[in-house]
Amino acid sequence: MVKTDTVKNAESTPDQDQPYKELGLKDDEYARIKDILGRRPTDAELAMYSVMWSEHCSYKSSKVHLKYFSDTTTDEMRSKMLAGIGENAGVVDIGDGWAITFKAESHNHPSYVEPYQGAATGVGGIVRDILAMGARPLAVMDPLRFGPADAPDTRRVLPGIVAGVGGYGNCLGLPNIGGEVVFDATYAGNPLVNALCVGAMRVEDLHLAHASGTGNKVILFGARTGLDGIGGVSVLASETFDDSAGKRKKLPSVQVGDPFTEKVLIECCLELFAERIVVGIQDLGGAGLACATSELASAGDGGMHVYLDRVPLRASGMTPAEILSSESQERMCAVVRPEDLDAFMAVCAKWDVIATEIGEVTEGDRLVITWHDEVVLDVPPRTVAHEGPVYNRPIERPADQDALQADTPDALAKPADDELLPLIKTMAASPNLASKRWVTQQYDRYVRGGTVLAQPADSGMIRIDESTNRGVALSTDCNGRYTKLDPYAGAQLALAEAYRNVATTGATPVAVTNCLNFGSPEDPAVMWQFEQAVKGLADGCVELGIPVTGGNVSFYNQTGSTAILPTPVVGVLGVIDDVRRRVPTGIGAEAGETLLLLGETREEFGGSEWAHVVHGHLGGLPPKVDLAREKLLGEVLVAGSRDGMLSAAHDLSEGGLAQALVETCLIGEVGARVFLEGEKFTELFSESTARVLVAVPRTEELRFTDMCTARGLPWRKVGVVDPESDALEIQDLGQLPLAELREAWEGTLPALFD
Amino acid sequence: MRVGVITFPGTLDDVDAARAVQYAGGEAVKLWHADHDLKDVDAVIVPGGFSYGDYLRCGAIARFAPVMQEVIDAARKGMPVLGICNGFQILCEAHLLPGALIRNHKLHFVCRDQWLKVENNATAWTSRYDQGAEILVPLKSGEGGYQADQSTLDELEGEGRVVFRYVGENPNGSRNDIAGITSANGRIVGLMPHPEHAIDALTGPTDDGLGMFLSLVDAVVTA
Repeated sequence: MVKTDTVKNAESTPDQDQPYKELGLKDDEYARIKDILGRRPTDAELAMYSVMWSEHCSYKSSKVHLKYFSDTTTDEMRSKMLAGIGENAGVVDIGDGWAITFKAESHNHPSYVEPYQGAATGVGGIVRDILAMGARPLAVMDPLRFGPADAPDTRRVLPGIVAGVGGYGNCLGLPNIGGEVVFDATYAGNPLVNALCVGAMRVEDLHLAHASGTGNKVILFGARTGLDGIGGVSVLASETFDDSAGKRKKLPSVQVGDPFTEKVLIECCLELFAERIVVGIQDLGGAGLACATSELASAGDGGMHVYLDRVPLRASGMTPAEILSSESQERMCAVVRPEDLDAFMAVCAKWDVIATEIGEVTEGDRLVITWHDEVVLDVPPRTVAHEGPVYNRPIERPADQDALQADTPDALAKPADDELLPLIKTMAASPNLASKRWVTQQYDRYVRGGTVLAQPADSGMIRIDESTNRGVALSTDCNGRYTKLDPYAGAQLALAEAYRNVATTGATPVAVTNCLNFGSPEDPAVMWQFEQAVKGLADGCVELGIPVTGGNVSFYNQTGSTAILPTPVVGVLGVIDDVRRRVPTGIGAEAGETLLLLGETREEFGGSEWAHVVHGHLGGLPPKVDLAREKLLGEVLVAGSRDGMLSAAHDLSEGGLAQALVETCLIGEVGARVFLEGEKFTELFSESTARVLVAVPRTEELRFTDMCTARGLPWRKVGVVDPESDALEIQDLGQLPLAELREAWEGTLPALFD
Repeated sequence: MRVGVITFPGTLDDVDAARAVQYAGGEAVKLWHADHDLKDVDAVIVPGGFSYGDYLRCGAIARFAPVMQEVIDAARKGMPVLGICNGFQILCEAHLLPGALIRNHKLHFVCRDQWLKVENNATAWTSRYDQGAEILVPLKSGEGGYQADQSTLDELEGEGRVVFRYVGENPNGSRNDIAGITSANGRIVGLMPHPEHAIDALTGPTDDGLGMFLSLVDAVVTA
């Protein structure tokens, strides 16, 4: 064993070389640590600062931009927010005494290295974030991005990631109610695994992470701490730790998940919350104990003393630095009053959860960590958790952005009328538009019995209150191709689509979260995309009047010097006072329905799925954003649902009206007769936004269209549902038998991945 | 009428089973894995989930739980017992039902709405169905392939103890398309699909599953 590096030792060896560069710290960052401490850091301190000042934990490149979200949030937008950015997750008051918390996080890089465990622990991490707010986690969603569907490496990555999301979530007992699966060449060496969790609690039960009250005990509970995932957040291998400890262990930086332990941890935490014996709670995620202790301490009003040698370990000979930076999963940290300690331990014992008192809240403002009575860490916690470096990275609009926008799809060869029916099938079978059933049928969507809508519905919907039937709807969306063409508009289009998806099912959008996936922040062009996307999203939220309650940033998503498509995934939460009036996607529920197209169709093919599938083209400008129209459309949809005027609805997005028709027919298992006006190709495949296809019972048709007219929402009758028919018939073009369409739509993914 | 619903660490569908009991007019009673006590219940449901994580063979640890010893004793005396999904696996491991459940033949977890044919409506849990009726309930499992040796299969088939059979494409490779079976006395039923998730068309594909819980109420009340 190498001698432990204590504070005393650091004071007496000021010039000792330290591997700060290998730990991801820059020269000036290291100098600043020395400045803060007035000496060189110990190994443990260096480990703590390096993980906490990593991009992942400190948001050092994004902070200056993210401020724009809170700067633009008005008091009115904030009125329903109980907690916002800066907490583990945003919390929104949805009425009837219920608070909803939801958040998304990325787990991109681990999932490329080890698809199953990377994805699994991504789910586990976000679920603990929600739990740490005091809420019962209720459902998850997974927006995923992969390289080309037929690329050999996608066959390695996709099945593993899907199995990991399912394996963890299914065993945890949380329904998976939606998400996305998108394929694009830029994700080939860098898939995106974003995970969203939503939870609910009574408003009065909100728990915020803090460690107030001198003498209160700090308890670590859940799994033991091991050598897995050490330094996972700070872009490093554990080389330096290995050297100092004498060449013993070498575990991958990707953590290994144990969903059973997490399930038990959830039930244990909820019982602790119910007994009101928790002062503060914090999950252990990226940066493990380093993060939890420094965040708990800096959020409280005192200092903290942690006895690190008390931490239960599952590997022998771990050093203090390793214990602090281990990312072993399924652990939580709580602050408890001394008089509640026995009750706390009794609940943990009931659930067979290991719980250890590892420290206490102290007078003063220092976080002190000892290892067998020797001080190995003594820092002001805020300097670790909140006062990390902040960068104003160079920003520059890419030189080729103009050329990209000038390369419009206008010159692309358009299909003749007699090619349109085959094109509908080709498009429905293309990987991005094809049914994602191969993926979603590996996820349990039923567990807990609250799922009202799940994929392939426009949004996932869960019942929150069984007595009142109040519920929430959630959708996540992003079109990276649009965002590449215009990051400001692209982020707004993502917001618009998620907003529309929620409204389409009958819920009123109330709050926004995001997961911003971008390339390297050291590339000025990427920073420009990021800045534009943040502005676009924030400005869009102001226009729609709903706040961003939280989010996550993932940088360095690139292969070599090629960044991914900028992918600001936007999640919108909606509230529905009675889930029984939800609007399904499939037509044919009522006898005699009229199909109406709400909104306006223009010739808009920039960044379209058609340009991608048929021509491999990406250029021009994305469809026009019209948030005022989205808002009006949303109000009409919610009113239509409230008054029982809608029997089905489906939003128009990638693939346009043609794809929406295919999906509503196949999901509803009935045929339809459709009549087009104007230029048929544009009518079928344009991706103009703020459009929704609705099915209205014939008895409600006049009432509904009168409402649209009165409110100034353009509408047009596009067809009728035909329960007797087993085909999608388009006037002047012919018929597509549903069986053929189903084979095209549902056959693609199984053919690639079975 | 009191129906016990067992919770092991890792049980997931206990809330759903309890809800189904209440929908059918019964009183759901929570039973804890570590207790040697069935709390005077009239019947027991062993619900779905991943008991103790199921890192060993599914249900292999749960069968040894204290509460299961009580269930085994009571079942042998004729108490109606229903095992759903993981519960079915546990009943097989406990030898209350014959056979075993293995990994799905395509090796993936499968969650889908599944048509089942009611093959036996003479059990304590299926009297509300018409013989030969087809019902639509969720199936969600990774290890749902029913296996038994030929003589056991012959016995089950010969005695009409196959209660439910998959309709259409076999989702998991179960022999003879078997989705659920019963004990010789018709009191114990195990099945992989989830009737408790089909008690209300709002949150399930149908309410076809409610019949199982209503059947139980009939069986206990008339007993």
